[in-house]
Amino acid sequence: MATWRKLLVSACAFRARNATCRTFKTSSRGAEKDIFNDLESQFRAFREKAATAMPGSDWNPFELTAGLPPERADIVIVGGGVVGWSIAYWLKRKEKARDALRVVVVEKDPSYTQASTVLSCGGIRQQFSLKENILLSLASADFLKNINDHLGMLNEDPVDLQFNHSGYLFLASDKSAHIMEENYRTQREVGAKVALLSPSQLKERFPWINTDGVALASLGLENEGWFDPWSLLNALRRKVMSMGVYQCFGEVTGFRCSASTAEAKDGDIFNVKRIKYVNVQMPNSLEYQPVECAVVVNAAGANSGKIAEMLGIGLGPQQSISGIPFPVEPRKRFVYVVHCPDGPGLETPFLIDYSGVYCRREGLGGNYITGMSPEEAEEPDISNLDVDHEFFQEKVWPRLAHRLPAFESLKVSSAWAGFYDYNTFDQNGIIGLHPLVTNMYFATGFSGHGLQQSPSVGRAVAELIVDGCYKTIDLSAFDVKRILLQEPILERNIV
Amino acid sequence: MAASLLSQAMRRCSAHTCTVAFRRSLSSAPSSVFNRFLLKLNHHFYDVKNIVGWSSWLRTRLVRRKNKLFSHTRQRFGDNIAAAYYILSVRGSFRFAGQSEWFRPDSRGRFSYEFLSTPDAHIEHMDLSGTLINHDGLDNLVRQNKLQTLSLRGCPEVDDWFIGRLHVFGESLVELDLSHCSCVTVGGLAALKNLRKLQLLDISGLPLLQSPGLVRILVEEMLPHCRVTGADYERGLTQTDSLEPPENHSETSSHTNTGLRPI
Repeated sequence: MATWRKLLVSACAFRARNATCRTFKTSSRGAEKDIFNDLESQFRAFREKAATAMPGSDWNPFELTAGLPPERADIVIVGGGVVGWSIAYWLKRKEKARDALRVVVVEKDPSYTQASTVLSCGGIRQQFSLKENILLSLASADFLKNINDHLGMLNEDPVDLQFNHSGYLFLASDKSAHIMEENYRTQREVGAKVALLSPSQLKERFPWINTDGVALASLGLENEGWFDPWSLLNALRRKVMSMGVYQCFGEVTGFRCSASTAEAKDGDIFNVKRIKYVNVQMPNSLEYQPVECAVVVNAAGANSGKIAEMLGIGLGPQQSISGIPFPVEPRKRFVYVVHCPDGPGLETPFLIDYSGVYCRREGLGGNYITGMSPEEAEEPDISNLDVDHEFFQEKVWPRLAHRLPAFESLKVSSAWAGFYDYNTFDQNGIIGLHPLVTNMYFATGFSGHGLQQSPSVGRAVAELIVDGCYKTIDLSAFDVKRILLQEPILERNIV
Repeated sequence: MAASLLSQAMRRCSAHTCTVAFRRSLSSAPSSVFNRFLLKLNHHFYDVKNIVGWSSWLRTRLVRRKNKLFSHTRQRFGDNIAAAYYILSVRGSFRFAGQSEWFRPDSRGRFSYEFLSTPDAHIEHMDLSGTLINHDGLDNLVRQNKLQTLSLRGCPEVDDWFIGRLHVFGESLVELDLSHCSCVTVGGLAALKNLRKLQLLDISGLPLLQSPGLVRILVEEMLPHCRVTGADYERGLTQTDSLEPPENHSETSSHTNTGLRPI
């Protein structure tokens, strides 16, 4: 319509010009050239439109809902927390050519109100007993040390994580001092900088601690502390979206798979699935988009068990492999912010007592963050994120006041609750492929350590997907098959 | 009448040329060379972005080169000589324990190799002010556990991670000068608790400290035997008419550990 109008207008103008300016030869020739220029540009527009109508382009004649994921992707990452974005970052770092991998990150909650990442205390430590955990944490500290080399962007402010280098302080009683000593030897061997302190040395360094019942203490000297998880998440998102990863807000409600049968050594026959489509449902709507994909990564955190159930893991007969459920479930943990004007100052480390209570400084105004892991039998209800203040009064405060006498008078300013992606099997991460699903990689079950291990876990999963094997840190101890073989690898905690 | 006809024709022709010019500007190529160049660059957006990224990599190349680990020197000559060589190559200066003269490079960066004659002498005083040392370069110096004074005045690459690594000097370091290091924040100053023998600390001129007075009070409480200079108490307080003058005017008086905070 517009083109016809333009033609008509130019034709009228041409006739008008010819009628009045017959003597001005140059202008009429200019008018002819102008007509041909117009025609040329209209032909060009027509050619472009024809090219977009051909298959292979993203143009669609129907109106689409905003926010739908693309119809086809190479890798779909379920879960937009720090682990999911870290995997997306390393996939884009390791792809062999530009735009070789189309990666889509699917996140259920655009406001991140229930995501474990942003509700975390933000600590990072190397004081573990398993070598793999220590290596993961050291590599993550290296990533955070050089974060502007990794996640820095042109014309943007440098990333500020507000990292506090105060270290972790673990206290052990008589019963667990030997475990702490063995852990110390492993940590030193692997390269973590930790120091053991006797009760008198502890009292000298931190006079505000009550060393009653403490047999040994272990202080992290380097690469330990806490930081702001929201800044890390935003820095990752900003950088990764600039590298070309699609972000989609929607919930994964199902999969469409193709199945084939496989026979185990003992003659068991079971179904092996291959995911063909991921159904992503839009928020507040019944509309869903099946995303055709090659690989799916389950980084859904506390909801990973639900995703695994959608594929039938755990729903088979009891005695077979498909009857073993995926052991990750959400567990609610409370964090209380307290204000104590007489509390310890800038030297306060992230203190973890053998009774399970922990406490760290928050800011410079005499505020502290504290909490405790509840007993197995008293796990709080996971249907909501309401805070139980009775838990603080009954369980946390007495133990805290016993260890830090200054905390006998304090005021709870606020509190929040968050979910752990708790691995009920052995409380360590689960990374790798499941035998029953050929193209789903799991990166979940970190039970409270997801944030501090996320940069290096992202690299490990990207190595698995792109290179087929671990190249930097060998995490075969965290493979899924340990759950099917019932061989737990437990952290030897001192609590 | 002919004149009026002619003037009408002129007006219509000028209108016509205006419309022609307008249509040409709408349709195809912009006129100036610079605009055409920018449009051509826009077709290669990601290539241009990578090239600009390389330029920032080139800018940090000097810092990376200055902070390489001198492992071969350390293997061949020992820790002390390797540390001494590193300090001189990064344009700092040092003094051995028991000696009185400083080893410095001249203004062109050249230095004498007399330190080779004393392989067993430990370095006691280091002046690294204004150098490009960062947390990687500290690998060359971590074995110097008799270090007593360290000056990092005005080092642009010294940040919180660097201060976190200074715990290796915890049993010997007496004086530390962190003034005018633009990347240091209060999170790094919290790591100074491992320097148990520190007696003199300078934290003046740190632009990233939000409330320097409060930070100074907290650092003085954290290190009771240390005299902290810089970061006046008044800084960070809002200016009001009813503000009382601070109790402690002079910066040089030491602050005893009574557990009270002078607010």
